[in-house]
Amino acid sequence: MSSTNGKIKIGFYICHCGTNIAGIIDVQKVVDYAATLPNVVVSKHYKYMCSDPGQEMIQKDIKDNELNRVVVAACSPLLHERTFRNATSQAGLNQFYFQMVNTREQNAWVHLDPEASTDKAMDLVRSAVNRVAFHKPLEKKTVPIKPDVLVVGGGIAGIHASLTLANAGKKVYLVERDPTIGGHMAMFDKTFPTLDCAACILTPKMSAVKNHPNITMWTYSEVVSVDGYVGNFQVKVKRKPRYIIDDLCVGCLDCIEACVYKEPRFFDEFNQGLSKRKPVYMPFPQATPQLVVIDPETCIWFKTGKCKQTCVEVCDRKAVDLNQQPTYKEIEVGTIIVATGFQPFDAKKVYYYGYGTYPNVYTALEVERLINASGPTSGEVVMRDGSRPKSIAIVHCVGSRDKNTNLWCSRVCCLYSLKLAHLLKEHTHANIYNFYIDIRTPGKMMDEFYTRISEEGVKFIRGRVADIYPDTNDEEHRRLIVKAEDTLISEIIKVPVDMVVLSTGLVPRDDAQDVRRMLNISCSTEGFFIERHPKLAPVNTFTDGIFLAGCCQGPKDIPDTVAQAGAAAAEALALIDLGYIELEPNTAFIVEEECSGCKSCVPLCPYTAISYDEVKKKASINEALCKGCGTCVASCPSGSIKQNLFEDEEIYSEIDGILNYKMEEALC
Amino acid sequence: MPDKPKLAFYWCASCGGCEESVVDLAEDILFVVDNVDIIFWPVAMDFKKSDVEKYADGEIVASLINGAIRTSEQQEMVQLLRRKSKVVIAHGACAQYGGIPGLANEFQKEEILKWVYEESPSIINEEKVRPQLKYKVNGSEVFLPELWNVVRPLDKVIDVDYYIPGCPPSPKLLKEAVLVLLSGNLPPKGTVLAPDIALCDECPRKDTKPTDLAFTEFLRPNLHIIDPEKCILSQGFVCMGPATRSGCGALCVNGNMPCTGCYGPTSRVKDQGAKILSSIASNVSAKTEKEIDAVLNGIPDPVGTFYRYSLAGSILRKKVNI
Amino acid sequence: MLKIEIEEAASKQWQPKIVAFFCNWCTYTAADLAGVSRIKHAPNIRVIRVMCSGRVDPQFILDSFAKGADGVLIGGCHPGDCHYQEGNYKFLRRFQMLRRVVDSLGIEKDRLRLEWISASEGDKVRIVVNDMVAKIKALGPLGLPVKYKEWANEMNVLESEIAGKEEVYA
Repeated sequence: MSSTNGKIKIGFYICHCGTNIAGIIDVQKVVDYAATLPNVVVSKHYKYMCSDPGQEMIQKDIKDNELNRVVVAACSPLLHERTFRNATSQAGLNQFYFQMVNTREQNAWVHLDPEASTDKAMDLVRSAVNRVAFHKPLEKKTVPIKPDVLVVGGGIAGIHASLTLANAGKKVYLVERDPTIGGHMAMFDKTFPTLDCAACILTPKMSAVKNHPNITMWTYSEVVSVDGYVGNFQVKVKRKPRYIIDDLCVGCLDCIEACVYKEPRFFDEFNQGLSKRKPVYMPFPQATPQLVVIDPETCIWFKTGKCKQTCVEVCDRKAVDLNQQPTYKEIEVGTIIVATGFQPFDAKKVYYYGYGTYPNVYTALEVERLINASGPTSGEVVMRDGSRPKSIAIVHCVGSRDKNTNLWCSRVCCLYSLKLAHLLKEHTHANIYNFYIDIRTPGKMMDEFYTRISEEGVKFIRGRVADIYPDTNDEEHRRLIVKAEDTLISEIIKVPVDMVVLSTGLVPRDDAQDVRRMLNISCSTEGFFIERHPKLAPVNTFTDGIFLAGCCQGPKDIPDTVAQAGAAAAEALALIDLGYIELEPNTAFIVEEECSGCKSCVPLCPYTAISYDEVKKKASINEALCKGCGTCVASCPSGSIKQNLFEDEEIYSEIDGILNYKMEEALC
Repeated sequence: MPDKPKLAFYWCASCGGCEESVVDLAEDILFVVDNVDIIFWPVAMDFKKSDVEKYADGEIVASLINGAIRTSEQQEMVQLLRRKSKVVIAHGACAQYGGIPGLANEFQKEEILKWVYEESPSIINEEKVRPQLKYKVNGSEVFLPELWNVVRPLDKVIDVDYYIPGCPPSPKLLKEAVLVLLSGNLPPKGTVLAPDIALCDECPRKDTKPTDLAFTEFLRPNLHIIDPEKCILSQGFVCMGPATRSGCGALCVNGNMPCTGCYGPTSRVKDQGAKILSSIASNVSAKTEKEIDAVLNGIPDPVGTFYRYSLAGSILRKKVNI
Repeated sequence: MLKIEIEEAASKQWQPKIVAFFCNWCTYTAADLAGVSRIKHAPNIRVIRVMCSGRVDPQFILDSFAKGADGVLIGGCHPGDCHYQEGNYKFLRRFQMLRRVVDSLGIEKDRLRLEWISASEGDKVRIVVNDMVAKIKALGPLGLPVKYKEWANEMNVLESEIAGKEEVYA
């Protein structure tokens, strides 16, 4: 740097990004303009700045022209800032002697007028050229990564991620809200397109989780708070009282038998209410862990305080403890995988389909249970009224692709509808009508599966169902009329059926917003958690160290879920095995001799990074705790706090640049 | 005996308090008088403009000018003094930032004249007579200085070398400034001759300020009693101390009144009002707009509160739509 | 030309310039999303990226106005969603106070705007920017640097008078 004699020499580059940028912005004009700006000694444009030749051009110019600052106008800094910082540092410059201008996402892609776009680009280039002159050489700080991982959610995504990490030798805490792991997949009968039995695939993985020495599985538990940051999250987990002592229960089910309720009479969640359970119950035969649970909402002891407590009496291991209280576990982990899943669309919201009104209208998930050999009817398709259907309508896109409900395609419904068509045909030999908008069967072996089902004699009618109502010609008022426009023949058709299956879509869980806030991650508009970048960082979130897996990120099928869970586990492993993460050095610091010790900043820091030294009578910032928001900087009444990368001068210089403000104007 | 260095004092839009601060040097004034030649000081001695005009350019070692610039006469005089002086010092808050007279920048010139000559309750002026800028009497014309539309700090009118803050500056600062001038060892141009650290640094109540400040209400000193022991800001009274240079010895706080900010901001701050506002508002505990507004209502005149001395020298300078 | 044409031509010449401070995690990302989704909007904003709306110093806002911005827009995460827990609340409080000052000093309310725009609300960027540009176009330029120059002119009158007198004396 000494060779430049302290003179600032800026290299400016604008990227065409093919025609993405150059198609609207006059890059030559910007280059010519930038060349006239103070301190700019090199000004060039290039087709793809992020390509190797583009980066090499910068590096060569740094050496040949003794550049000591670099400005690149290209895409968003959120996309390629790192790339160009690396290029800068590889040429021997400090990587923070770089500034990027967002010329694509926030300019070329959103404006139509080439002149206005070019003007905007020039304003922002001026701003960046101004700013970069103030940049200081900085070093990235690193924080160590604790090797333990928290996985939130014990569905197939959480199970797979946990096993991957545990098999790699990492300690995993798997927290599941329900009494058992397994999630929605455990409720399915078969899986498309192979029609292999869901339980046969899942159950071994569930027991592998249970038995894995590296996995601490906490079911019937909820994460209640997450503090800290990547590498060092402090997590508090609430273990809800199961009223059963885990270590003592052997799953003999004697307590269920002994319950004062002789018959099961409460809504059985696992079977979607198609069967009943007792207040003390095992969610399903393969539940993992094999522990019963007592539901205080239905148990007469909790409701009235009066009960003979036959369950307590019958347990010779004294495993039933009706006085159990919630316990809280506090753990420290370095990374978190969020696999909280989805919930099915509430079919009652499309009232004209009659779910909840007509007993023979079912949701797809109910049918999964109905045709399952271990389901409420042992696999017999017996409807709520006791009859067996001879004709069945499967209504696609319930709560999907509908501006009245949800705009998105839930991705799995076409295929599971085909699967259910096949299984229902197999079980009932009924006539099956699929009412669809489009059949969407991308993916390996999926369209072949569609062909196979259509050749099995299942009928397909292209038309969104408009109404479902009882057939008045049916004396028993059981039959339903499904009314739709068959758009292939442009005719309104009315199909009488005995049973309707609503292929409900996948929606974010009701508490997704709470989870999001707790974890400090973001949701997209529809409420699924948003990934950092759909292509470059599909399982990352905007919060370092927190990864996404499965349907909490968006509807997807089991293979994709498992793949994503593996990817999330791999991202966590990458951090853990490196052992540290580099953080932006955008921390704040207090200039001690300038600080008056007014203490105004101390309560502003949410991370308690600011403390007041009673001896020196000054405040100071613990760099390790500072996350770099800059709130204290903006609030310091005497301007004595500075933020690296965001110093006041840097921001003022950007304002000056944007507004083309000249210092002589200040004299007026 | 060689000529003693020549010193000039002048006042513009000010109250005279800065002149008092010279007198407040007490016996130290004898030292000043021994070492300098006061060649111009209209408030204390009879001098004419022509007395200044006769000096060569740069002959006066230093002019200490107090008050904001509001009239053509003030402008003319400070431009003259600038020419004749090696060093110009903005003396006091009004010269530095416009001071209290700068608050007139919240109003139009016409509004002010109308109030002063017609509407003020103490005025009896049925013919609504206003001073005339030019008036012919006995065949000759007499002039009055013209009132400008904008109140300006001194450095918006002439080049200023140094600043002595305060309303008024403490005699200690003034004495130090004179010593610096006499020493010939001048600090960099633009220096404010006061410590560059906020008032809390020397506030006797500093230790009583909590580290978990969260405002639930703001109080006004004319309506509530101030606890004489505790940090005034922490009691809910707006104290500008955290955003104001020290150097006064926390004079107001020692009189059990909050700092109103007359020493101006530190060198790191462009706009004292914006900075104290930022600090104080950030520490309000409410979270919803409505609740925040309810708390902020306790500061009914934010401009007069946060910009009491600095409006004319602030980023926006004046009410911009008049 | 018809009057309306003249007005149109005039309005084409003057385009408002809005300085925007967007937080890295929500609004800046939303503005990027608007780009990725090709959601077209008025080309009048110039974004300065800060990590959090809490970093936005009221001085930056005033400075932008004084240096020629016709409007200032601040974008942060929705309440409760701040990447840094509460930076947006701290800015909101400042904003509520600053708005009173800016209002007292004669800058129209529509020129200073705070919006909570989450990372997924690319379309909200369009709505907010277009709406703000339309409102500021209706107000016309704020043009403080020009005003400061005009205000300074009152002193030039005297300077030329003095110069004139001095010539006479000479």
